[in-house]
Amino acid sequence: MTNLFNYIDRKSKVHDLTGATKFVCLLLWSFAAMYTYDTRFLLALTALSLILFPLSKIRVKDVSFMLGFTAVFMILNNVLVYLFSPQHGTEIYGTCTYLFGLTGKYAPTKEQLFYHFNYFLKYLASIPVVILFVSTTNPSEFAASLNKIGVKYSIAYSVALALRYIPDVQKEYDEISKAQQARGIEMSKKATLINRIKSAAAILIPLILTSMDRVEIVSNAMELRGFGKNKKRTWYMGRPFKASDILAMAFCVLLVVIAALLNIINKSRFYNPFV
Amino acid sequence: MSNILEFKDFGFKYDAQSSPTLFDINFSIKKGEKVLIAGPSGCGKSTLVHCMNGLVPFSYRGKMTGSLSLFDKETRDLSLFEISKHVGTVLQDSDAQFVGLTVAEDIAFALENDCIKEPRLHERVSEVAKLVNIQDFLDHAPSQLSGGQKQRVSLGGVLVDDVDLLIFDEPLANLDPKTGKQAIELIDELSKKTGVGVIIVEHRLEDVLHRHVDRVVIMDKGRIVTDTTPDELVSSDVLNEKGVREPLYIAAMKYAGIKVTPDLLPGSIDTVKIGDEESRLLKNWYEHAPKETIENNQDYLLDVRNLSFSYDGKRKALDNISIKVKSGEMLAIVGTNGAGKSTFSKVLCGFEKKDEGDIFYEGKDFSLLSIKERADEIGYVMQNPNQMISKVMIFDEVALGLRTRGVCEDEIKERVEETLKICGLWPFRNWPVAALSYGQKKRVTIASIMVLKPKVIILDEPTAGQDYRHYTEIMEFLSSLNKLGITVIMITHDMHLMLEYANRSVAFSKGRIIKDDECAKVLTDKETIDEASLKETSLYELCKKAGIEDATDFVRRFIAYEREVVRK
Amino acid sequence: MRKFSVKTVVATGIGAALFFVLGRFVAIPSGIPNTNISIQYGVLAFISAVFGPIAGLLSGLIGHFFIDFSFGWGVWWSWVIASAVFGCAMGFATKKMDIEGGVFTGKNIAIFNIAQVISHIIAWVVIAPTLDILIYQEPANKVYLQGLTGAGVNILTTAIVGTLLCVAYAATKPKKDSLKEEN
Repeated sequence: MTNLFNYIDRKSKVHDLTGATKFVCLLLWSFAAMYTYDTRFLLALTALSLILFPLSKIRVKDVSFMLGFTAVFMILNNVLVYLFSPQHGTEIYGTCTYLFGLTGKYAPTKEQLFYHFNYFLKYLASIPVVILFVSTTNPSEFAASLNKIGVKYSIAYSVALALRYIPDVQKEYDEISKAQQARGIEMSKKATLINRIKSAAAILIPLILTSMDRVEIVSNAMELRGFGKNKKRTWYMGRPFKASDILAMAFCVLLVVIAALLNIINKSRFYNPFV
Repeated sequence: MSNILEFKDFGFKYDAQSSPTLFDINFSIKKGEKVLIAGPSGCGKSTLVHCMNGLVPFSYRGKMTGSLSLFDKETRDLSLFEISKHVGTVLQDSDAQFVGLTVAEDIAFALENDCIKEPRLHERVSEVAKLVNIQDFLDHAPSQLSGGQKQRVSLGGVLVDDVDLLIFDEPLANLDPKTGKQAIELIDELSKKTGVGVIIVEHRLEDVLHRHVDRVVIMDKGRIVTDTTPDELVSSDVLNEKGVREPLYIAAMKYAGIKVTPDLLPGSIDTVKIGDEESRLLKNWYEHAPKETIENNQDYLLDVRNLSFSYDGKRKALDNISIKVKSGEMLAIVGTNGAGKSTFSKVLCGFEKKDEGDIFYEGKDFSLLSIKERADEIGYVMQNPNQMISKVMIFDEVALGLRTRGVCEDEIKERVEETLKICGLWPFRNWPVAALSYGQKKRVTIASIMVLKPKVIILDEPTAGQDYRHYTEIMEFLSSLNKLGITVIMITHDMHLMLEYANRSVAFSKGRIIKDDECAKVLTDKETIDEASLKETSLYELCKKAGIEDATDFVRRFIAYEREVVRK
Repeated sequence: MRKFSVKTVVATGIGAALFFVLGRFVAIPSGIPNTNISIQYGVLAFISAVFGPIAGLLSGLIGHFFIDFSFGWGVWWSWVIASAVFGCAMGFATKKMDIEGGVFTGKNIAIFNIAQVISHIIAWVVIAPTLDILIYQEPANKVYLQGLTGAGVNILTTAIVGTLLCVAYAATKPKKDSLKEEN
């Protein structure tokens, strides 16, 4: 398999779940983590996702490059939030407790730091499951999974085709770009911004035109082999649900329910320790 | 036995075109029959194939006249899906036909669309995978397969349906010679094993005739010109008249003054009878044929020493490559896919950075130059012209390289016009690129490189997928550039091309150069042929049959004769 | 109609692949450190204009989703949805054009560009930041500024790349009658 998304083929309880289950769980889990800002809940989710790693036999070093991206993204976002809205915490929690005896717009407050802590937790609670999903789901199974959870098979197959042609498009882009560079097309910082975008277009035009030819040939090939004949189709990579699948999904539904309940109890999406 | 498919006074006109593409087609195919369809580009082959597999009229709209029936039912009354249950098509572009993420999924595609459930789905896939001998690669992605393997997957994906008729659209176009030979053998075995009817559309007549074919249909300008046995066909002059290339051994026999008749069984080199009279004529011609005059130029333009390169740091894509290229040479680089031919040219042009070794150009270290600077000396032309063209108008496309180099408009105009004249594109100078034929587009891409005045041009598969006329047109054009002093390096699978046009060929295998010699020697050397996935020329076999010992010299003289006598 | 749908499925898949490759691997330095310009929106606008709103919506959705996936920084739903909305809006706005038939007139260029400006503003100044606030409770001034910057850059690239692609594609379907060889 092309390993664009860092799929790691191992035997584990998580690998054993069908792709459809994992996708549903990913959606529910992400939704739960997005839905509430309750600190206790986010902490619990984070702890849970950390348990899932050994359960999936995925080691930190397997996904370290992804964690790297995440860390940069997370820090950048936190800095931006602080720069733009140093009083955001105060607005949310309704109190203002300055720290270290400083005052003023950019002075740190307890509320602001608590907000950042929560913001940070929100990533921690939702990102590991994405990484887990990516590392334990065979891309081949992904399209079948989408169809299984009710996405129309034509759309599911678009997803499969995207996965299929990403490596081809990438290779073609690379070749075209080198050949155009030989003709003097420049995309580095030497050229002005507008020229850089124009250069990009000089590479994109052949890429897109050959891709359009490809659309024509591939759709012929698919029609000749009966794509679109019936209202349904089966999937070679599809698997039936087992008890563990139902259990996993039920658990994730429960997470969403808890998140909803917490929002009702807290009377807001935030858990507020300041009042 | 009854006909699978039958055309009666059939004609077809696309809605988008003003005149019909097919006229008066009368043709049928029975179970177990094998038919080859050949003809120049634009003769209507592709449309005929589309009519047979149902893309016409269900995807490409148009008006049909006369009758086309599949098992006695008019196809226009069926649906595309009903037709595809009986007629399977293996497209030329096996990459595009490969729509699954892995081999198994691709073979299963048609079954999935038919809602076949487990366990039948997995069973049928492994049955078919065995039939096309791909069972050990079921979980491989297309990028991990060779061209031949991909084609076998395409074939498997069609065979899962138990079709009655298999259509192969240019099955040899993307394969190296040895793999092509194997493909023809596999098709033959399958047709024997399963009894399906087979239609092969291909202009490499000689290569298809490597195995028995019942009939050959030649098309021209939308009509069927002949529909006869291979023996009858090669005995006639139809091939030459219609621009389909004659098998080389037939050409040689004709040059020698042998009257080729059907009773010599000339349809295949394996069956052709060379009696005493024929041998005498061949020997006589051989002894009197002109010897090629080889010009010896000692001036090295390019000197590559011990070049190594790896994409992943593990497997060497180029392993200790040393090669010298003289100024004014026409050089062919041959070998199987993945042998390192394209990688070599990429490293040379600076698209990839070498790991070890030296590249000297006119005695200077070439590896210090950027991609753009190297392009001023060595131009690279990609296989598919559509991958290079980024401007709407021909003039702008050719001018692109000069504009990016900051040349003033007056000089650009002068140089572009000069180049357009050399490249035979002058009459089209104010046209959009899109209005040109494929061969003309190829010229535009060559012109857009030539305008930079490189001393060397490298072409990746310059004639892939071209019919004989376009092939000759492109190659004669390259030859004329070569005569102007341009050194031409061609990466190719085409044995004819290398025999006819190259002065020298370099054979790659697994990242190494295994042979660097004149073409006649390379193509008669058993070991090299095998290792570099080539195919020996039928002339070699002809010599054996006629008792001519020095086949290499025979080939050499044959080429010289074609170059000096026939082409002029 | 069936032909249309299979073609749309394939165009969507390949459109998403293009969007992904350009967004994930192709970086045009913008001059500001660590900030690259995304050219994939020019391609998305083109796909929408040729294959319609559904292909546009799904190409944007799938392509952007995959980009987030492959980086592993979590799926940033607000932006994924905004990409999809942009593709969809462009598809509707260009519905009457016949680029496939080789027509992309000056008037079409104007409509295409007005449409892309409006669509980008809807996607990046309205939808993405609003969702950011709803989902992630981020500060408004931060997300709106991010949205405005994004919209500005995307409008610029779409104006150049998208327009050029449409012109080039329409030109591949020329009317041959008008051409004469010259000496």
